[in-house]
Amino acid sequence: MKTLTQTQTAPPAEPRTSLTSKGGGQRADRLFKSVALAAGLLVLAILGLILITTTRQAWPALSDQGLRFLTSTEWNPPAGKFGALAFIYGTGVVALLSLILSVPISIGIALFMTELAPRRLRGPAVAVIDLLAAVPSVVFGLWGILVVAPALVPIYQWFNDVFGGIPVLGKIFGSPVGGGRSFMTAGIILAIMITPIITSISREVFATVPSADKEAAYALGATRWEMIRGAVFPHSFGGLVGAVMLGLGRAMGETIAVALTIGAAVQVTPNIFAGGDAMPAVIVRQWGESGGEHTAALVGLGVVLFAITVVVNLFARLVVNRAEIRMKGAAS
Amino acid sequence: MNRNVLSRRVLAGVAGVALAALALAGCGGNDNNTSSNGSSNGGSDIASLSGNLKASGASFPNAYYQEVIDQLKTAAPNLTVNYNSVGSGTGKKEFGQGLTDFAGSDSTVKDTDGIAADSFLYVPTVAAPITVSYNLSGVSDLQFSPITLAKIFQTDIKKWNDPAIAADNPGKSLPDKNITVAHRSDGSGTTSNFTKYLDAAAPGVWKLKSGDTVNWPPTTQGGEKNTGVAQIIKQADGSVGYVDLSDATASGLTFAKIKNKDGTFVGPTIEGATAALAGAEVKDDLTYNPLNASGADAYPITAPTYILVKKSYRDATKAALVKAFVTYILTDGKSIAKDVNFATLPDALQQKALAQLDKIQS
Repeated sequence: MKTLTQTQTAPPAEPRTSLTSKGGGQRADRLFKSVALAAGLLVLAILGLILITTTRQAWPALSDQGLRFLTSTEWNPPAGKFGALAFIYGTGVVALLSLILSVPISIGIALFMTELAPRRLRGPAVAVIDLLAAVPSVVFGLWGILVVAPALVPIYQWFNDVFGGIPVLGKIFGSPVGGGRSFMTAGIILAIMITPIITSISREVFATVPSADKEAAYALGATRWEMIRGAVFPHSFGGLVGAVMLGLGRAMGETIAVALTIGAAVQVTPNIFAGGDAMPAVIVRQWGESGGEHTAALVGLGVVLFAITVVVNLFARLVVNRAEIRMKGAAS
Repeated sequence: MNRNVLSRRVLAGVAGVALAALALAGCGGNDNNTSSNGSSNGGSDIASLSGNLKASGASFPNAYYQEVIDQLKTAAPNLTVNYNSVGSGTGKKEFGQGLTDFAGSDSTVKDTDGIAADSFLYVPTVAAPITVSYNLSGVSDLQFSPITLAKIFQTDIKKWNDPAIAADNPGKSLPDKNITVAHRSDGSGTTSNFTKYLDAAAPGVWKLKSGDTVNWPPTTQGGEKNTGVAQIIKQADGSVGYVDLSDATASGLTFAKIKNKDGTFVGPTIEGATAALAGAEVKDDLTYNPLNASGADAYPITAPTYILVKKSYRDATKAALVKAFVTYILTDGKSIAKDVNFATLPDALQQKALAQLDKIQS
């Protein structure tokens, strides 16, 4: 290599040396590299420290309960029994319900705003959606218990009357609980809360689709829907999964709105109209009056929630990587 | 793109300002409400006190303490007291760590609470009845025996026309409606006292034990704080729950009479609570248990609350302030208690509580 550059003519070598020497040389480069590396590692360190300290605080409960902490549904502080399965289940069900309700609507809104809406409608539409994100979660929660929950009881009852006799659906649309605070109510409130997040990220993602791709699809005689399916979706699949993951993260971690609307019952049931409970909600409600192993068990819930969030995010990464190769390959 | 970002920021700003304005308006409203019924009858010695006290703990007596603190603003303008209603558990923790000067607690101190034994004193302050409130359209004046109550709250009884409820309410026509049980979803001294009562009054029947959080049956509904439970009861026809008298009255709930130890049905009133206090046995450390107390007029679900003070304060002025404030609660504050539905201590217990304060050293 050296011999090659030496044999070449001088002019191309000169600008290269002036570039490196004026900026303070490779030292600045190395400094920049180490600062950036430190910043990156700091995130990992913070996450690691959180995990270590919370696990240590939760240890009295985790070691005493053993695997039962994850597999038992009995959460009975006076009896010293702490099984988190019902709360893990509740967190999962509520997050799933909110995604089922929110994702189609969010992507629909984002598509409308990027592909369909007339230009002068876009500004106001964006403003309204963003305004929804500015509403504090406790307001959603209060609205949920004061207005939504009681209003939904007759609707739940109708679902139960119609689907009650059908084998699987009958179990899912079971008999609604009296006050209306249930998995479904919490899911609906959460869906409204995560819609602005998923919408605005999807919108940004759709906006990055090169117009050349879209025009190429039109040129081949595609209708608007065919263009969206053939050009927009493959290009933005990774970003959409990212948007949904952010929404899911918010849904799993949301505390006060869920605490208010989910009904605080410790159970694992397929009935989405029954009361349940979720991990963050349990932590915030029981913390104030807890002591000893109960406190440790609540911290333990935090550890489990943290671990689940990390696993879900890693899984999402994997899905994105796999699918991007496949879908982009198919599109090109 | 840039415009979008800008407009988003502006919107967030506008929303923030609006929220701040709302919060301010809320505070202003509260101030007006509370200061209107404060009167200036403070003793002359308390007026000269100055300094500040920090405290936290039980939410159950919070309404009363805040009312007292508000009245102190005129009686002792240089004394500031902050009572943070965070729950007995957190209150005890913060007190144990020395973050606060005194703590409010509905329950006695356990080994796990982080307060060194013999480092503190109990001072009983007030007591209040916990109501069994219900919402059943067309039916009023219900009454329950403890056994029936225990069965309702652990959902052994599922319908309002159950024979056990009918037996407690002779001559009443009860509807064939499902019972929705409402309970506290947060850890709470109210839950602790209510379940302790059921444990004591319905032995063998009540199976959920007692505690700040118990394992309620899955078909019940949980509400946040006393007001949250009151909200469920108000909204759902056929619901029943336990709410402290002050919040139940404020929410306009209907409450039931409960059969006491002597066999009479008594409603949740201040008089009933005072009668329960008179019938309760007071221990040497001044903890006492008015739950399921004897006496013909005693309301059986009466909950006590205490202030925990340190036996010795490093700072002599701090000790004097704590002593003066708690004395004020026990004496001058008494007149406020009834307005906010709290029962004051019988004279004998009040004297003991005041004597307890004299043990504080500095």
